[in-house]
Amino acid sequence: MPSSLALEGDGNDWRLRIAGDWSARALAETQQRLEDLPPSIAGTVTCDWSAAESPGIGPAWALLARLDAIGGGRLRIRHVAPPRHVAFLEDLRGRTPAETAAGDARPAGALGALGRWVLSRGDEAREFAGLVGRVVAVLARAVRRPRAWRFPSLTRHVYESGVTAIPIVSLIAFLISVIVAYLGSQQLRLFGAEIFVVDLIAIAVLREMGVLLTAIIVAGRSGSAFAAEIGAMQLNEEIDALRAMGMDPVELLIVPRILALVIALPALTVIADATGLLGGGLLAHYQAHISWAQFADRLRAAIAPTTFWAGLIKAPVFAILIAVVGTYRGMRVRESPRELGRQTTIAVVQSIFFVMLADALFAVLFVRLDF
Amino acid sequence: MAAATEPVIRVRGLVNRFASQVVHDGLDMDVNAREIFGIVGGSGTGKSVLLRTILGLHAPAAGRVELYGREVGAMSRAERSEIVQRFGVTFQNGALIGSLTVAENVQLPLREYRRLDREALDEQSRLCLAMVGLPAAAADKYPSQLSGGMVKRAALARALALEPSLLFLDEPTAGLDPISAAGFDELLLYLHSQLDLTVVMITHDLDTLYRTCGRIGVILDGKMSSGALERIAKNPHPWIQAYFHGPRARATPGGADG
Repeated sequence: MPSSLALEGDGNDWRLRIAGDWSARALAETQQRLEDLPPSIAGTVTCDWSAAESPGIGPAWALLARLDAIGGGRLRIRHVAPPRHVAFLEDLRGRTPAETAAGDARPAGALGALGRWVLSRGDEAREFAGLVGRVVAVLARAVRRPRAWRFPSLTRHVYESGVTAIPIVSLIAFLISVIVAYLGSQQLRLFGAEIFVVDLIAIAVLREMGVLLTAIIVAGRSGSAFAAEIGAMQLNEEIDALRAMGMDPVELLIVPRILALVIALPALTVIADATGLLGGGLLAHYQAHISWAQFADRLRAAIAPTTFWAGLIKAPVFAILIAVVGTYRGMRVRESPRELGRQTTIAVVQSIFFVMLADALFAVLFVRLDF
Repeated sequence: MAAATEPVIRVRGLVNRFASQVVHDGLDMDVNAREIFGIVGGSGTGKSVLLRTILGLHAPAAGRVELYGREVGAMSRAERSEIVQRFGVTFQNGALIGSLTVAENVQLPLREYRRLDREALDEQSRLCLAMVGLPAAAADKYPSQLSGGMVKRAALARALALEPSLLFLDEPTAGLDPISAAGFDELLLYLHSQLDLTVVMITHDLDTLYRTCGRIGVILDGKMSSGALERIAKNPHPWIQAYFHGPRARATPGGADG
């Protein structure tokens, strides 16, 4: 039988007939019945449970809470044939003091949110600067103390973020320069200037694409790995354990990763440059019918002495950005595994953003310097 | 009628094996209505696997598992959804959802199975938190901000949200200090006495076993011997003797020879 609730009586003496299905399963319906009660009554209420079928705890609790609300807490409540847990619930209500909504002290609304955001950004910036400072301090110490270079760890990270990235970096550099050469030669053919596709490839690959693509791939592979590895260690209290044993996590975990990328990223860039030129050359040869001799000739003419270095010089800078952002995000993981995923995502997004920003600055700088 | 004597959980001839390792080898187990049943066994004897099998989270290699007389493996979706609402589970580490507050965690099953508005949900989560003795201030905290004991209580609150008649607890007092653990024992006894609960509990905690469990089942060599605690403690099997009368058994009732 569906639940029903009938309030009879007047003035100061009320009788509440609780009938039908008041089980936990019917919670939604009983909630509806409760809302149909008048907004305010006073005096005594006698709750008659005799017709209620298998009354549950949740509905009974909701009933008591509703009676409290409509009676302003001053209602005298008696029960007829109550289920056993009504006494338990009343006991519980007595023991848990009526909640005084402890007003949230933090300012609410959009302005408050903006303020909190700005403050948290400020904290982050300070922490980040602190980390950079400690990295520099470790490097300064390492000049006098060779052990601080942590060679075993360094070589492992060079292998993991450098050597194992060679296939994917080569493949992507190769494919991208094939695409650029293909589209470029289509356009240049309109002017009968197909030979200049060599200039296009040489300058695009050496100055920009080689290093930029490599940096983006490394940010995706190693930046995320750094954040996740260090973050997992944070969650597992391994970082605290290292500190407790008097070891510096910056020296042990962060500096080797930064140095490893500073070594690996330029090396990968050289490889990307080479496979990029190879891909462009192959396309120029087979699609635009430029002979290998012509290609080599044109390549020599197109490349200024600085072209290659203009690309490569950016690689260590990108490496530092990726490694510092990745490790910093890992160190920021606190408390919950959810943070781990969030910080790893931020590590990749932010390091790619910083790489792009630095690249733009380099572009302006090189134009000013006529490099 | 027969319902009074019919066991809530009946396991017959359960076999579980992983690769070549046999964990359960013809395990039988009965849990009666309104008792607190403790499952005991050494590490790797498959206590958690047994629990997962009963819950239908793990398909056994052989054997029958019945909940309320219905076979767990052979339930339709509708039947399963109906039976799921009759039991509550707490996992070893609480398994609270990290991205939700304690109140939201408690409301999670209510949102899924009952149509309630915000206020009603809040009222129900207040009830559940009050039942497990958590302060109202804990409602808006995230699991990572809670102490170990509070996590266990919050997990229990979530397990109680749908008013189950059967409660599964996986190591409810593991990792708690003795006072918190004793507090949890008392809470469990109190709720058990008030709510007509059937409780199945995995525990290593001898104090909890002696304080709360009417009957226990020990998993030995892939099989279970169950019975009243005092009787099981007299079993001459070396593992049982080591467990109940070893150096950590202290002077607990039944371990009287120490």
